[in-house]
Amino acid sequence: MLLTVLSNERVRRYLFQAVFALVILVFGYVLIANIQAELEGIGLEIFPFVSTKGSFPFIDVSADFLDQRAGFSIDQTSFGFDYSASDSYSRAFITGLLNTIQVSIIGIAIATVLGVIVGVSRLSSNWLVSRVATLYVETFRNVPLVVQLIFWYVAVFLKAPRIGDSLDFFGIAFLSVRGLALPEVHGTSGFGTWFIFVAIAIVVAGAVRYLLTRRQDETGQPSYPWWGASGALLAIAGASFLILGAPLDVDSPEVGRFSYEGGMTIRPEFTALLFGLSIYTASFIAEIVRGSILAIPKGQTEAAQALGFNGSQRLRLVILPQAMAIIIPPLTNQYLNLMKNSSLAVAVAYKDLFDVGAVTINQAGQAVPLVALLMAAYLSLSLTISAVMNGIYSRLKWRSARQ
Amino acid sequence: MTLKRSVAILPLLLVALAVIVFAACGDDDDGDATDSPTPGDGTAAPTDTDAPSGSHSQILQDVIDRGSLNCGVNNAVPGFGNLLPDGSFAGFDIDYCKAVAAAVLGDSEAVDYTPLSASARLTAVQTGQVDVLIRNTTWTTGRDADSGLTFATTTFYDGQGMMVRAADGFTSVDDLAAATICSLEGTTTELNLTDRLPDAELVTYDSNDTLQTAFIEERCDGWTSDKSQLAGRRSEFPADSGGPEALVVLGETFSKEPLGPVTIDNDAQWSDIVNWVVIGTIAAEELGVTSSNVAAMAADPPSVSVARLLGVGFGGEAVTDTGLDVDVTFMQDVIAQVGNYGEIYETNVTPIGIVRAGTLNALWTDGGMIYSPPFK
Repeated sequence: MLLTVLSNERVRRYLFQAVFALVILVFGYVLIANIQAELEGIGLEIFPFVSTKGSFPFIDVSADFLDQRAGFSIDQTSFGFDYSASDSYSRAFITGLLNTIQVSIIGIAIATVLGVIVGVSRLSSNWLVSRVATLYVETFRNVPLVVQLIFWYVAVFLKAPRIGDSLDFFGIAFLSVRGLALPEVHGTSGFGTWFIFVAIAIVVAGAVRYLLTRRQDETGQPSYPWWGASGALLAIAGASFLILGAPLDVDSPEVGRFSYEGGMTIRPEFTALLFGLSIYTASFIAEIVRGSILAIPKGQTEAAQALGFNGSQRLRLVILPQAMAIIIPPLTNQYLNLMKNSSLAVAVAYKDLFDVGAVTINQAGQAVPLVALLMAAYLSLSLTISAVMNGIYSRLKWRSARQ
Repeated sequence: MTLKRSVAILPLLLVALAVIVFAACGDDDDGDATDSPTPGDGTAAPTDTDAPSGSHSQILQDVIDRGSLNCGVNNAVPGFGNLLPDGSFAGFDIDYCKAVAAAVLGDSEAVDYTPLSASARLTAVQTGQVDVLIRNTTWTTGRDADSGLTFATTTFYDGQGMMVRAADGFTSVDDLAAATICSLEGTTTELNLTDRLPDAELVTYDSNDTLQTAFIEERCDGWTSDKSQLAGRRSEFPADSGGPEALVVLGETFSKEPLGPVTIDNDAQWSDIVNWVVIGTIAAEELGVTSSNVAAMAADPPSVSVARLLGVGFGGEAVTDTGLDVDVTFMQDVIAQVGNYGEIYETNVTPIGIVRAGTLNALWTDGGMIYSPPFK
């Protein structure tokens, strides 16, 4: 009887899955129970926010150590998020998370642009351009990231002039070892009105683009829809800006005794991390771009040539759109790497998520829950990047399938 | 067909793998189970029901079996815990690692040093990566009560200070109210500075060496740390940046930093051993026992206190067993191989320019705080 049931392939398959799931569950339980027992021995709990008293683990966020005062300061914050030393550990954690997100987003943007430029340059027929690109890739791909970070921080940004001898860019911006000070722009009373004009400008620009594209499709004459659209946008937004009497208030920095007063200061720690991450990742992206372009059959280039497209049109209209489908999956990996590598920030004193987590572990002594939180946070960031990239990928495939 | 079959085999392989892993873990559990009746109190149990011949302390047993002590230390604070160019460690804290090894194993060189960053050190004790942490660690309520750690008797009464460049002309900590300050991260220093100078901008580093580079490049105006560390770093400040004279440690001390060895909370016996090694070095100084006269004093103890400290009989009195589970003569090894408190201080701390007389670290008989509970 048992043998008959087991000989059914479907039953067997489900059985194996069930056994496997059970083994994983038991393994996980033993692991957690063991950690719990060890931690209880020294008076700690594995998840202080999960009460183990009672029959079922109830979530008890109120008794959470994360609500305690953090006491340490984080001077580098992102997206205008406010944090002070009297805030809670959880707020410190969010500050770190936002710092990681900020450096990752900007890093990904720079790495992509730089990577595409270098990747295309490596295929250039210009000897100098292609050699410089090769040198770039081989240098930055083969030196460990943490070494590069220390290089950018210690050997480049810390070598900037002292604050008293700040490099002065027309009295608007200043550069010194204390950072790059830039004017900060605030909207004044007329800003809301101007924003309405900008919205109108965007709509008009869209319409211009649509009309010009249609004309181009109908007549076959290039009518430069993007140039037209940008022109319309700039004209309306610029004119209304001037008519409203420039409704922006510029807060210019001034050189102080210790730091810049007013404006906004980009700290060398952030810049060093950003440079290190983008330049390192760009060297990998360059290779992905180069490989993907080489994967497009030569006939495509020749066909585009036969149609009379010039070099940049060939690349922009024929090669890159096809290469995109090959580029995106490995590119996603690089984006994930960049985000995860940002956890090396501690080497250059940037307060990222991992750094804040490590300090919290040290001050609050709760290693297990914080490491779990850190893992969950990085996992969420990674899955978000993957989801966005997969969305772009499927849209791209859908578009190429439609054509 | 072949593809389908191989797909069906995959979970089977995974199950087999999981069973192997699980079985391996199960073996460990069995090992514990002989000690503990229920798996829930696995850690407390081994100390309750151990073989009578063995020690009561699991860590002590591990150290003896291993033949060496795992000591968590600093590697970048001259005078306290410093890695020398020849690869050896030296300093005040290092000598206390040696003292514990001498007491437990009879050999002060049987130490494996683990350099730890400020932010990784406590976790290293909690997870058992090191048997004892002797790395200028401040005794605080949070660390003692909340983090599952135990602090031994304070070896060095420190306080937080501020070091500035002499050329900048700062004379008090208040001059730096809006300045940029560099500090190590994950330290009580970081918290104290925020309390003392709430408006200062703080840049925190994970290594003293990067911090020093940043300070030389004037990334920050002040360098805050325990005064002992500042004195140590100042004494070795590179000559091409002006040497020690280019730096000034401001007079104000704005925190209490009692530094001492740290052990895990669940092994009271082990904590006692570490604690009494520290106390023993202080008692030895009080009683005038030094590394050069310890052998003579053990042979012919001048007083009953000395005899008890060194674990020898006095005037027909039987040798008192300390109950620490180490050799009764353990302090002989410690003093002979490492020295008493005063000797350890003289060798390590005096050279970096911290005078002992008149500070909290003088003996209580000289107006300081260094005091030994009775050794009996």
